[in-house]
Amino acid sequence: MKKLINTPETVLDDTLTGFAAAHPELTVDREARVIHRADAPRAGKVALVSGGGSGHEPLHAGFVGPGMLDAACPGEIFTSPVPDQMLAAVKAVHGGAGVVFVVKNYTGDVLNFELAAELAADEGIEVRTVLVDDDVAVKDSTWTAGRRGTGATVVVEKVAGALAERGADAAAVASVGQRANAASRSFAVALTAATVPAAGRPGFELPADEIEVGVGIHGEPGRRRERLRPAHELVAEVVATVLAEHTLSAGDEVIALVNGLGATPLHELYLVYGEVAAQLAEHGITIARNLVGNYVTSLDMAGFSLTLTKADAELLELWDAPARTPALRIG
Amino acid sequence: MSFTLDHQLALAWLRAAAAAVEREQQRLTDLDAAIGDGDHGSNLRRGFTAVTEALAALPADAPPGELLTKAGTTLISKVGGASGPLYGSALRTAGRALPAPTADLTALAEGLRAGLTAVQKLGGAAVGDKTMVDAFEPAVAALERAAFDGFSLREAAALAAEAAQAGARATVPLEARKGRASYLGPRSVGHQDPGATSTALLFQALADATGR
Repeated sequence: MKKLINTPETVLDDTLTGFAAAHPELTVDREARVIHRADAPRAGKVALVSGGGSGHEPLHAGFVGPGMLDAACPGEIFTSPVPDQMLAAVKAVHGGAGVVFVVKNYTGDVLNFELAAELAADEGIEVRTVLVDDDVAVKDSTWTAGRRGTGATVVVEKVAGALAERGADAAAVASVGQRANAASRSFAVALTAATVPAAGRPGFELPADEIEVGVGIHGEPGRRRERLRPAHELVAEVVATVLAEHTLSAGDEVIALVNGLGATPLHELYLVYGEVAAQLAEHGITIARNLVGNYVTSLDMAGFSLTLTKADAELLELWDAPARTPALRIG
Repeated sequence: MSFTLDHQLALAWLRAAAAAVEREQQRLTDLDAAIGDGDHGSNLRRGFTAVTEALAALPADAPPGELLTKAGTTLISKVGGASGPLYGSALRTAGRALPAPTADLTALAEGLRAGLTAVQKLGGAAVGDKTMVDAFEPAVAALERAAFDGFSLREAAALAAEAAQAGARATVPLEARKGRASYLGPRSVGHQDPGATSTALLFQALADATGR
């Protein structure tokens, strides 16, 4: 394992130290492991709180700031944060108008945020939850843990954050977040595995000419292994897979996120975006807004995910609203 | 040899569990790396290290249930992921069912049955889904049978450990339907479930503690 770390045990603390040094405009509570807006709590504003395992940076701390999240709770690498963290975050940012959690659909995240919501309720603070489940690599069924939450998290945090910033009530903020999630589908392909520091070696071994198709963001293998092919063909498969699970039709507009998984050169992401744009155009679908870059990563995994959110006037208007966070600045 | 679960035995059990997690950390992580994300060993180790510290702060006359409850709340606060809330709720629920200074085998079996029910309610897993429930359910069933048949706590704990171990081994050919491994679909077949494996460790720790 070759990594820029001190010890595997101190990765999270050391990262928070650096994040705090780089972003004095935010408050980093290293004891409670919470990052929140320095101007929190804001009276009368719905507080938007998210969190999840570390290793997906800039998600979630990178999206804390005006127009997006009020607070983020980073867990250990690929491990959900604990309820104490969410409760500390809620107390730090709760401005009397309620709290909305943005939770990626993983058993651990769901359980810990549920426990935190119960703790908050005990203290008289009402919490609503937006569950993000956009990854079509996993079949959604009562017999499974359901689709995973991946790239759509950025879209949900952006539009819900924009509405909260305008003073909307908690029901409206949660509702627009749920709507953005329901309008989103994602799929990912990996060229290399991720190495969890505590494990010390890659999560799986891939021959030089093979890829994993349908991977999540936790270093686990995907649905199947395939031969590496030219980007044109690979993107065609990814686009077709996403569209097959989407309600998009010719004439629709989308917000498109071509997301790097952590170790993908930006030139490859742009190359992929070019293919995505051209192939969607063939389907009569217009990309109204786009993001190309590393937003929901999986440590040092190489590869990309594609997220398509069916756009409408309200979602686009909220997408265009100002956001000033470490990883996303709009307006 | 212990006939009932008291403060000393609960303490010995949880310390043995912490030692087992420490000893088997790499194995749990390797199993998790195959079908999950490779951190089950390090997460449980972090949790049980904190449990050992938290137990040291409890008074020497604390009932066994209080030790289990403390261990549970500590795991919920320290582990994260799914295993924190699941193991934490199991121990916390079992602990709340054991308020007396001593608990006999029947009471222990009832407490752990309540803990198992809490796990299944939270995680939604049934036997055969390739999760910790595949080791937990047969272990509790073994305790209940042993109580009905009039076995000693020591004999019952040994049977439960055996049943948990067999349950964990039986997850190998299963396709996971819950938890991280479920994302692999058919590719989860052929691997032993790390959660069932750590559950077997905890029941082996109970057997070891009663055997001393």
